[in-house]
Amino acid sequence: MIAALPTESVIELRDVTRRFGATTALDQVSLTVPRGVVFGLVGANGAGKTTLIKHLLGLFKAQSGTVRVLGMDPVADPPGVLSRIGYLSEENDLPGWMRVHELLRYTRSFYAAWDQAYAEKLRQQFGLDSASRIKDLSKGHRARAGLLIALAHRPEFLILDEPSSGLDPLARRDILGAIIRTVADEGRTVLFSSHLLDEVERVSDHVAMMYQGRIFHCGLLDDIKATHHRVTLRFPEPQARLPLLAGVLASEGSEREWTAVCSGALDEFQVAAAAAGAEIVERQVPTLDEIFLAEVAAKKS
Amino acid sequence: MHLHISSGNGIPIYLQIVNQVKYLVASGRLASGAELPAIRTLAERLLINPNTVARAYRELEYAGIVTKRRTAGTYVSDGGSPLARRERLKILTERIDGLLAEAHQMKVDAEEIIGLIRQREESLQKLAVEKP
Repeated sequence: MIAALPTESVIELRDVTRRFGATTALDQVSLTVPRGVVFGLVGANGAGKTTLIKHLLGLFKAQSGTVRVLGMDPVADPPGVLSRIGYLSEENDLPGWMRVHELLRYTRSFYAAWDQAYAEKLRQQFGLDSASRIKDLSKGHRARAGLLIALAHRPEFLILDEPSSGLDPLARRDILGAIIRTVADEGRTVLFSSHLLDEVERVSDHVAMMYQGRIFHCGLLDDIKATHHRVTLRFPEPQARLPLLAGVLASEGSEREWTAVCSGALDEFQVAAAAAGAEIVERQVPTLDEIFLAEVAAKKS
Repeated sequence: MHLHISSGNGIPIYLQIVNQVKYLVASGRLASGAELPAIRTLAERLLINPNTVARAYRELEYAGIVTKRRTAGTYVSDGGSPLARRERLKILTERIDGLLAEAHQMKVDAEEIIGLIRQREESLQKLAVEKP
């Protein structure tokens, strides 16, 4: 076995395009994920998040462009990549007929690095009964079983595709806790996709936003938050609609008071607002959810 | 040390930690010499990114509120009283800023506010005297 050279970035995607018939699921996507971060991938259903993740796992071959995970091509060297990755999908397609202990024994056989003591600790922590059949578990416990087998070989890179989707708050807590414990160990990395943006905001330090197969924003969460503003404007006269102002992504309001989410430098926006006769009466940092919705609204219009 | 993090109010999470720790120190609920939880422990408890906790601790250290000791661990700085006083004044300053902004909206000037504060103080003192 040839050890791959340690690379600074865990993922390197260059101009990856993927079409399904007439649909372009990924459109010239480039993405770099540095080591040791929690990377949140956000987008509406159908934006291309799952297609992107399947390229990382080698389940899809890039039609054009290149994919490197931990410095390797996941299609050319599946064992080399997959042995170092933990993966949990929303579908969570575990064999329903297996009992929990059988699932652990089965999965263990794939991973040289499997840590049985850790697996047992997680099993107890997640409240999973060894003798239960997978198909009899609740949705939350099935997700925990999936999480357990994604973690027990202590992967250096954990990939979670919509892990909290449709789960109760306790199961979500376990999943978020696993993300944090993973990244708290030096040098390990987590990428997770979600449309629960308050979760992404809590645990991520890097975020990429997807819309219609493209990544339109990618960077540090703090930077994204620093370049977006929610401002309330007051006009001397009632307005039928918010006048066109540079940087405004989305707005709502009526009469003399309008609230807008805008991107860019705030002082420039202030000048533009003043030129339109408006006064900024309130200014707040929008949530990631508000930023995402405003960005998508701006793309649709 | 009990902190409450909200991801929906727009205030960056590291800043929520910084503000709450400052408040706990200023109000005396975190005494000088008290040990703050390890970064990893606090991150797991609050379900937030460990880098966010690390950033908050760095800011607190920079502000002189906490000190990192060589043997790992983060502690509330010694002789915290002048510092605590500065923090208390800062908390009050924020309240005053809000008050002034509101007064400005209502067309009440600063002199009137100062008069009002004196008046309130007198009536509160009277109450304190009457109620032994």
